[in-house]
Amino acid sequence: MNEYEVVIVGAGPAGLSAAIECAKAGAKVLVIDENNQPGGQLFKQIHKFFGSKEHKAGIRGIHIGEQLLKETEELSIEVWLDSEVCGMDQDKSIWITKQKEKSHCIQAKKIIIASGATENSIPFEGWTLPGVMGAGAAQTMMNCHRVLPGKRIMMIGSGNVGVIVSYQLLQAGAEVVGILEAAPVLGGYGVHTAKVRRAGVPFYTGYTVKQALGKEHVEAAEIVKLDSNWNTVQGSERIVEVDTICLAVGLTPLIELAWLSGCQFTYLDKMGGHVPIHNKYMETTVKGIYVAGDVSGIEEASTAMEEGRLAGISAAWSLGYYDNEKADMLINEEWRRLNLLRCGQFGLKRKMSKDEILIKWEEMQDANFKNNRSPFDGGTQAVNGISQSK
Amino acid sequence: MSKIICRCEEITEDEIIEAIASGASTVNEIKKFSRANMGLCQGRTCRKAIERILSKETGQKLENIKPSSYRKPVRPIKLGLMK
Repeated sequence: MNEYEVVIVGAGPAGLSAAIECAKAGAKVLVIDENNQPGGQLFKQIHKFFGSKEHKAGIRGIHIGEQLLKETEELSIEVWLDSEVCGMDQDKSIWITKQKEKSHCIQAKKIIIASGATENSIPFEGWTLPGVMGAGAAQTMMNCHRVLPGKRIMMIGSGNVGVIVSYQLLQAGAEVVGILEAAPVLGGYGVHTAKVRRAGVPFYTGYTVKQALGKEHVEAAEIVKLDSNWNTVQGSERIVEVDTICLAVGLTPLIELAWLSGCQFTYLDKMGGHVPIHNKYMETTVKGIYVAGDVSGIEEASTAMEEGRLAGISAAWSLGYYDNEKADMLINEEWRRLNLLRCGQFGLKRKMSKDEILIKWEEMQDANFKNNRSPFDGGTQAVNGISQSK
Repeated sequence: MSKIICRCEEITEDEIIEAIASGASTVNEIKKFSRANMGLCQGRTCRKAIERILSKETGQKLENIKPSSYRKPVRPIKLGLMK
């Protein structure tokens, strides 16, 4: 059985950042990804990133991806592509299938789960017709595979994914006939929202899609107004001719592997649903299993990269590659950078949810202490970041 | 016809409501009763929709609804690879 010090599941922004930190510290790392190229969602993100300069603001996602790949290569990090993790256990054994043809079993000392998220869907009449798809899927079709998903598009959801993908659909030559938002207010960043609005795309707040109409393919969408209790308003239906309905209605953390390995969870609606409880080192309730990026709560690629680094540094530290003083310094620096990203109108809300996860972790530590049970499995690191058993 | 919720197994909203009316009180029970959530995608698409229906029908809060269990292999693979 192959043995690695750190195995990272997912070669997206979080996974690659984690791998780079582990390799820099000197650990033997393996990164596994199901896709045929690394980079996760970065390579379809042709828009410029937000934040400050130190968070690569103003740089397009694809170029950030290229940078991460270059570093990964320079550090000679082993990456398995077309490889699916089918299972993992609390003892950190991992079952992988390569090219859907061969099973492998490997043993890790530390695992960092950076599996990302899946797109949400909302079921409505006709949603199984060809032409109804996730907005992220449409983005992959157009930006990675150069296929335009449709000519006349209805976007459901006005969050960042909805407005960014709408704009890119326009750039690619499609017509976006409207962006629907069930809530009374729009959900995306002002910059992206205004750009789409300036291009002439109408927004419909308080509207949702009632059904997709068509025989073999979407031919029209019936939309309907919602009242303040989210009930449909009778008689407000209207039919809009479209060939594609894109759903940008949020993401769900892809938690299956964390679940299999016995991590404990908490439910946070704002983080996308059930998320693995973790501490400020990104370690879950299973000692030696870390999470980073969207799987630990839906945020953005920029925060995913910082969380990846944080998890990478923590894993390297627990393997003895850093002394406590050095680790403390690096971890505090990562937290400074993370806090910079989690501020402002949108960021602060995410910070509050992320803080809830950390509070949950501490509550569990307390509860385990009070109940006088055996020490909680994942709790050997002192929460103040000073001491750690090896 | 009632709308399809689980695309892989083609299970409709009515069938899920029927499962709940027949006594299924968790997503796992709905799954075993109706096969919803049991197909190729293992609920990656319909999981949340089923949780919402269960919440609406029984009055349980979404945060108290336990997701249906995840099992190995979490990806669809050939039987020959399971050894």
